[in-house]
Amino acid sequence: MSLDQPQLDTSPTVSDEVRKTTCYMCACRCGINVHMKDGKVAYIEGNRDHPVNQGVLCAKGSAGIMQHNAPSRLRAPLKRTGPRGSGEFEEISWEEALTMATDWLKPIRENNPEKLAFFTGRDQSQSFTGFWAQGFGTPNFAAHGGFCSVNMAAAGIYTMGGAFWEFGQPDWDHTKLFMLFGVAEDHDSNPIKMGIGKLKKRGARMIGVNPIRTGYNAVADDWVGITPGTDGLFILAMVHCLMKAGKVDLDYLARFTNASVLINEDPKSEQFGLFLRGKDGQPQVIDRNTGQLAAWNGKGVDPDLAGTYRAKGVTHRPVFHQMADRYLSDEYAPEAVADRCGIPAERIRTLAADLARVAFDEAIELDRPWTDFRGKKHDKMIGRPVSFHAMRGISAHSNGFQTCRALHVLQIILGSVEVPGGMRFKPPYPKPATAHPKPHGKVTPGAALDGPHLGYTHGPEDLLLHDDGSPKRIDKAYTWENPMSAHGLMHMVISNAHAGDPYKIDTLFMYMANMSWNSSMNTGGVTKMLTDKDENGDYVIPHIIYSDAYSSEMVAYADLIFPDTTYLERHDCISLLDRPICEADGVADAIRWPVVEPDRDVRGFQSVLCDLGARLGMPGFVNDDGSQKYRDYADYITNHIRRPGVGPLAGFRNTDGSGKGRGDVNPDQIQNYIDNGGFWLEHVPENAAYYKPFNAEYQDWAVKMGFYDAVQPYIFQLYVEPLRKFQAAAEGIGERQPPEHLRERLKVTMDPLPIWYGALEDDQVDLDTYPVHALTQRPMAMYHSWGTQNAWLRQIHGHNPLYVPTKIWEANGFAEGDWAKVSSAHGAIVVPVAHQASLNANTVWTWNAIGKRKGAWALDKGATEATKGFLLNHLIHELLPPKGDGLRWANSDPVTGQAAWFDLRVKIEKSAVPNEAQPAMPAIKSPVGKGPSDLEWKVGK
Amino acid sequence: MTQLPPPSAKKLGLVIDLDTCVGCHACVISCKGWNTENYGAPLSDQQAYGANPSGTFLNRVHSYEVQPDQGAAQLIHFPKSCLHCEDAPCVTVCPTGASHKRAEDGIVLVNESDCIGCGLCAWACPYGARELDAKEGVMKKCTLCVDRIYNENLPEEDRQPACVRTCPAGARHFGDLGDENSDVSKLVAERGGFDLMPEQGTKPVNKYLPPRPKDEMPEFDVLAPYLEPIASDGKGFVGWLDKALSALPGGAK
Repeated sequence: MSLDQPQLDTSPTVSDEVRKTTCYMCACRCGINVHMKDGKVAYIEGNRDHPVNQGVLCAKGSAGIMQHNAPSRLRAPLKRTGPRGSGEFEEISWEEALTMATDWLKPIRENNPEKLAFFTGRDQSQSFTGFWAQGFGTPNFAAHGGFCSVNMAAAGIYTMGGAFWEFGQPDWDHTKLFMLFGVAEDHDSNPIKMGIGKLKKRGARMIGVNPIRTGYNAVADDWVGITPGTDGLFILAMVHCLMKAGKVDLDYLARFTNASVLINEDPKSEQFGLFLRGKDGQPQVIDRNTGQLAAWNGKGVDPDLAGTYRAKGVTHRPVFHQMADRYLSDEYAPEAVADRCGIPAERIRTLAADLARVAFDEAIELDRPWTDFRGKKHDKMIGRPVSFHAMRGISAHSNGFQTCRALHVLQIILGSVEVPGGMRFKPPYPKPATAHPKPHGKVTPGAALDGPHLGYTHGPEDLLLHDDGSPKRIDKAYTWENPMSAHGLMHMVISNAHAGDPYKIDTLFMYMANMSWNSSMNTGGVTKMLTDKDENGDYVIPHIIYSDAYSSEMVAYADLIFPDTTYLERHDCISLLDRPICEADGVADAIRWPVVEPDRDVRGFQSVLCDLGARLGMPGFVNDDGSQKYRDYADYITNHIRRPGVGPLAGFRNTDGSGKGRGDVNPDQIQNYIDNGGFWLEHVPENAAYYKPFNAEYQDWAVKMGFYDAVQPYIFQLYVEPLRKFQAAAEGIGERQPPEHLRERLKVTMDPLPIWYGALEDDQVDLDTYPVHALTQRPMAMYHSWGTQNAWLRQIHGHNPLYVPTKIWEANGFAEGDWAKVSSAHGAIVVPVAHQASLNANTVWTWNAIGKRKGAWALDKGATEATKGFLLNHLIHELLPPKGDGLRWANSDPVTGQAAWFDLRVKIEKSAVPNEAQPAMPAIKSPVGKGPSDLEWKVGK
Repeated sequence: MTQLPPPSAKKLGLVIDLDTCVGCHACVISCKGWNTENYGAPLSDQQAYGANPSGTFLNRVHSYEVQPDQGAAQLIHFPKSCLHCEDAPCVTVCPTGASHKRAEDGIVLVNESDCIGCGLCAWACPYGARELDAKEGVMKKCTLCVDRIYNENLPEEDRQPACVRTCPAGARHFGDLGDENSDVSKLVAERGGFDLMPEQGTKPVNKYLPPRPKDEMPEFDVLAPYLEPIASDGKGFVGWLDKALSALPGGAK
């Protein structure tokens, strides 16, 4: 040993105690070990036993300690004292705050419940907040799905009973070729990184399809730098190639999809385009055993993909024939799409051929016998080891729903869904659209709504329209403008409420949604709507209540603030009734619990709703004697019963904790979760692990676990009949008819087989003037105004240049340090630029929501987030440019209402270097002051 | 000047897989968290909420764009921390003996009580792997989590550096690079692990695994048989379908 080498204690005490809870630094919801010293949070690491992250943790998760201790935390309820938007508040007591809210809300509930719009942003307790809104009686509730990724979710549910992320995942242990379409890098965060790691270790291949080559795409073996918004065209060209070569899984298609279901092909029939149904209403196929008609689900039926059926002069052909007619057309040939996609035709063929090679030549078999729902026994599980994942990149376009559908159809014709090596659902999914509720919107003053707000429509009769055709909901969800808007349209709420279209509201009540900043299109416009006054000098939106844990940009625009806790100070349940965290091999749920008590006068928002619900006398929130039913959210989590035997948490039910999935209330349930590391996990039986929608053993297990109350096997819907019903209405069939101005659009967009059409904005914008696509991505090391601007993470992402591809960089003569004016049909920004070569030649992009407003988040006014950081949102309007018809056309997908963030077109010009990024909105006054200058964080001695 | 001990048999270090690193910065922050709370002075931050935040980090991820002669540009994520060199110039340059290389496992450490914050070691390090903490005025660097890897208060599986334990993609590996039979040594041999800037003569213990070649899909000719057409339109497809279905197992009915 060198003389200079000191003695060192290599076994210091790590912490006094480890408390295991659930992360909330993004939507991924990993298990975390919170190391405590002297009652304070000392260090956070991943929980090795947790099904989501298995010990690992991302940068956000490890930086949670800075979030928990952030100077931007709100300290007490706030009442606005200055004009809206000024940030001038006074701290008030909870009693005063709750009385004020009750005084506003009680008359609304008694007279016009729809005058409350309650939208909950990036809420992870939607099954609870939705239950609250239902009890209040307003039809106006949704969370943020409409401006996030509803296209992915809805297309997945309608097509195959689940989509990606919370619904399903690649079979990381068996897949041999993984194709990834544009994702926000938190959807989901650690599991994708872990999965990519597994692929790399096994030498499996990965193809990234994304205009931008960063993050996951940077490690992909092959990169396809596609033109934004053309993914559907590229996918359908691969479908064309595969069908033309017969590289499709015929056995799988016949048995497990509606490729074999017969469709009425008589254009004169009211049934044109609908399934031929038997007396019991079941869609019909030709049984290959008999050559006769049979129900798709009949015992022993062997559906035929080829057989047609003619009766009473009407020909019925299987769905698969229609698919052949459509996709073999030269319209979908690689040569026909190559230029629009920005991918050479031969490259498209190569990719399609490679999918075929791996799916069929490298097929795998697992020695696991199983029985399908028709009673047929299978010796083995056959796998097509190609898998896919996609999220916002393909869904946040106005053609996103059909594009997501196209991707699922590609997966299905390859026979690669719910098979070894393909994509696997996570319990409680798969679950077909028919097993979800329909939307509800019937208002009765003083009483609850007639059912859950959000659900799946199956035809015009399910739309939420008044008899005069006007929308029931403030966001116009479930109208002819977007008939399948399964997550609502949060991005339209403020705009519609301000315009009084379809009606005016009294109170806007929001949670965790930064609607005056990065969560809105047209940020400047929205702040004007929030502050706009009528002829009497009153605010057009009379009351705004907002709950947030931090001093976000939205706080300044509310009249009353309920300060929420940090994620380490609260109870939560990550529930199967909500957005689950399961894995393909197991059903799981989890809790958060206060690993530290708040040191401020703040309360968990859900507990506040328990109190407010009782003050308003809402059903579900008061006992028979009128007293408060749930003391707080923990009490609700433990004691609420949604269906017999089914509550918010599925684990440790019954008083002895023995109940799995179903069981009685267990007063010690939360403690049982804490003792188990904060979560509950039950494995899927081995022979039920694949083919779940069709697998009799899985179906029985799902009923036992309480996912649903009776077995409900189903087949994948390549052809989505509900789409056809809306399309048929547009053609004039049926009682409930769309308005004339929407007919043509509905005929095109509600196609029951996937199609591609260009972005709706492209029809309204001069593409010669605005030729460039502009996108945002979410960095892996920063979340978007969900929590505070984290002291450690902002040193990684403290500002956001606009990344510009070589062609545009050189054309403008840009050099390092330059700024550019970026304009759209709607607005202009002036921002710093940086060169990136690994980028689609006609696309620019920036990091999402790094830009901050001066005065928010307890940042210094000179913070780079406010001086150099910027939002692309200023360039994106919630409405399409006016068509001159006097109508307001939403900048959304016409099927689902998904916000079409990524349809944006811009032009770029070199600009003089300004003092700061433009537009520079005036500073807001911080209700919490400014953070400290220096940090030296060590809680232990 | 400080002397290096004789080369140790045990050479603990990291193997970082540049083919797998997605650039997520998980290692950066996990390291910051552990080493703020543990070994020596906390890693401080200046202007933490101000105009020009800057703090001490023992590990940072840089991203570099590579433009090959043929094909698309690539982005490489490159995590960098102390490489625990065998011939560590940061040790020999130290005027007080604070900067030292451990005789038993080769870890390079700074004994903060002897560090005068002169910065010579940071200047001598060709990798820029040391950072002077602005608050404490002492030199900070990767300790290879010396207070984790032998720590009997941690479960055995957690006795590895925080950055390795947290890495979501599994791109970071820890072990004894002095033992040719260790997992890390085998990985280096299999994947062609390399030294960073070997021309500096520092003999780094840490190794990097190179990115695998990218954008090398076969020419279409090779795969063309997979797309041999069976039909040119819907009608032809149905004809093929009839034949194909009867060829399936149990097909002719």
